[in-house]
Amino acid sequence: MNKTVNQKAWFFVIPVFVLVAFNAIIPLMTVVNYAFQETFGNNVFMWEGTRWFKQIMLSERFHASLGRQFLFTFIILFIQIPLGIAIALTMPKEGLGVPVCLVLMSMPLLIPWNVVGAMWNIFALPDIGFLGHSLNALGFDYNFTQQIGDAWFTTILMDVWHWTSLVVLLSYAGLRSIQPAYYQAAEIDGASRWAVFTKIELPKMKKVLTIAILLRFMDSFMIYTEPFVLTGGGPGNATAFLSIDLVKMALGQFDLGPAAAMSLIYFFIVLLVCWVFYTLMMRNEEKS
Amino acid sequence: MAKVTLKDLSHSYLKTQSSDADWAIRGVNIDWNDGGAYALLGPSGCGKTTLLNIISGLITPTKGDILFDDKVVSGLNPVERNIAQIFQFPVIYDTMTVYDNLAFPLRNRKIPEEEIKAKVHEIAEMLELSSTLNNRASGLTADGKQKISLGRGLVRSDVNAIMFDEPLTVIDPHLKWILRSKLKELHQKINRTMIYVTHDQTEALTFADQVVVMHEGQIVQTGTPVDLFEKPKHTFVGYFIGSPGMNVLPCQINGNDVIVNGKKIETHQQVKKNNFSKTEVGVRPEFISFSNDGIPVKVLSVSNTGRHKIVDTESESGKIKMIAKSNEDIPSGSAFLKFKKEYTYTYGDSWIIE
Repeated sequence: MNKTVNQKAWFFVIPVFVLVAFNAIIPLMTVVNYAFQETFGNNVFMWEGTRWFKQIMLSERFHASLGRQFLFTFIILFIQIPLGIAIALTMPKEGLGVPVCLVLMSMPLLIPWNVVGAMWNIFALPDIGFLGHSLNALGFDYNFTQQIGDAWFTTILMDVWHWTSLVVLLSYAGLRSIQPAYYQAAEIDGASRWAVFTKIELPKMKKVLTIAILLRFMDSFMIYTEPFVLTGGGPGNATAFLSIDLVKMALGQFDLGPAAAMSLIYFFIVLLVCWVFYTLMMRNEEKS
Repeated sequence: MAKVTLKDLSHSYLKTQSSDADWAIRGVNIDWNDGGAYALLGPSGCGKTTLLNIISGLITPTKGDILFDDKVVSGLNPVERNIAQIFQFPVIYDTMTVYDNLAFPLRNRKIPEEEIKAKVHEIAEMLELSSTLNNRASGLTADGKQKISLGRGLVRSDVNAIMFDEPLTVIDPHLKWILRSKLKELHQKINRTMIYVTHDQTEALTFADQVVVMHEGQIVQTGTPVDLFEKPKHTFVGYFIGSPGMNVLPCQINGNDVIVNGKKIETHQQVKKNNFSKTEVGVRPEFISFSNDGIPVKVLSVSNTGRHKIVDTESESGKIKMIAKSNEDIPSGSAFLKFKKEYTYTYGDSWIIE
């Protein structure tokens, strides 16, 4: 095939280029700008090189919030993925139950982050909240505003409530796309229910589960609004995850240089984990 | 290995049935001998897959019984019936190797690993899969995968019957032929009852000793490929089998005379009774020739296939196709057609009049 040479066609790309520049490249480059310089306002900048990066990488505060962040993300993935698959497996496959379940499952996903945080804050208040009051009435000493364990418990429960549905919906879609012949063949081969799950359902769900894990990893790793509204990062710094810590540094203390460096490090961690995970999951797909 | 008998089998996917159309299968009776090769032939939606799934035990029929070797198995599940089934598209376990795929049905039945090894190698040899035994099954081509599906049925030495549900649908045309002859060869080698479902007449006629033709949930004819061709018992069999299909023309029956377009014609059978709402004459294009006298027609077009010519003609009561030798001269304009008496049948309400 002979391609027509028409350099004027580049003009058609300009709108997209401008759009991408405005919503991605320019803001990102601003952050990069701040990360290597010190400013005292008035548009006066001094070159600092890698000083902010060194400072962040060596800061105990960053290590602590990064640690909390990984712990939180691992816990919610560990709960949400198996729970989501389990719920998807028990959902009805035909009849009126299907739309009912799908709508019920989608509900939490449709609620704005802020509202979820506020809802759970009120729900879990130890004196007047339904959850908090009930737990205390049952004899548990529960107070998420003061006890670290309770704060974590509530934050995790909130996230599980808010996001397990996403895993359920993706798994359900994956399960429904399995041809009935697979189940029939397994039945004829005499496979147990467990073998059907591990040899047919899980491998067939691999792609949607990869997407589910990636989405849940990214979202939970960047979580901000819900814990901010629920606990405000407290008690102390107990639930100050990376985003909350970053906002404190950038807007609370106005340390723009370190905050910019932290943003970039944060961004590269997300990128790196996603890339490693995706590459590992898909390494066998290429061959087939 | 077993003889398969179906007795008055009917199945409906609906809870209540008000008309014939609500039944996917209606009053099917079949006797299949042990070790035979049978084909279920019919267009999409005629109930052949339903029938197959009933035999394998994936579907419980609404009415009737299934017998293996005169033992009723209607209430048993597929494992207890001990059958193998190969589906339309290859079903393999993606994460396992070819070896593990073939060993899977045996491992589920807790057979010692030594025995499994011997059996898997034997079957792999037979299906020419030996060189790929350690590869991941998902990396194979469609025909390789279909061979694995087939292999999973063959490893169990005690299966009662092996069933194929249009197994060549996703196979490339040039491999279809190879796989089909492989199946035929396997059948002769292992001598087990094989039931093959297809909508492709070539597949059915080349694979099976006995072909069962289904139409709208009923069996319209069972017979050898030659029977189906030379004596279709239902007009559907006539035009479903053969290329082009049988010509079916409306006719009148006056006493013993069969009249088409006002011309009396000779047919294979003596027609005695005549209480049908619709009577027709059927004759295959292969058994029609030009003559000086007979049914008057207008020649419309001639297409040469190389081996022979297919001539489209039009008579007063409809189009008639005929096959002429490739070197034969085709009259243009009007002509007369003569039907070969022994292959011309009369049909009452679509069924042959005996």
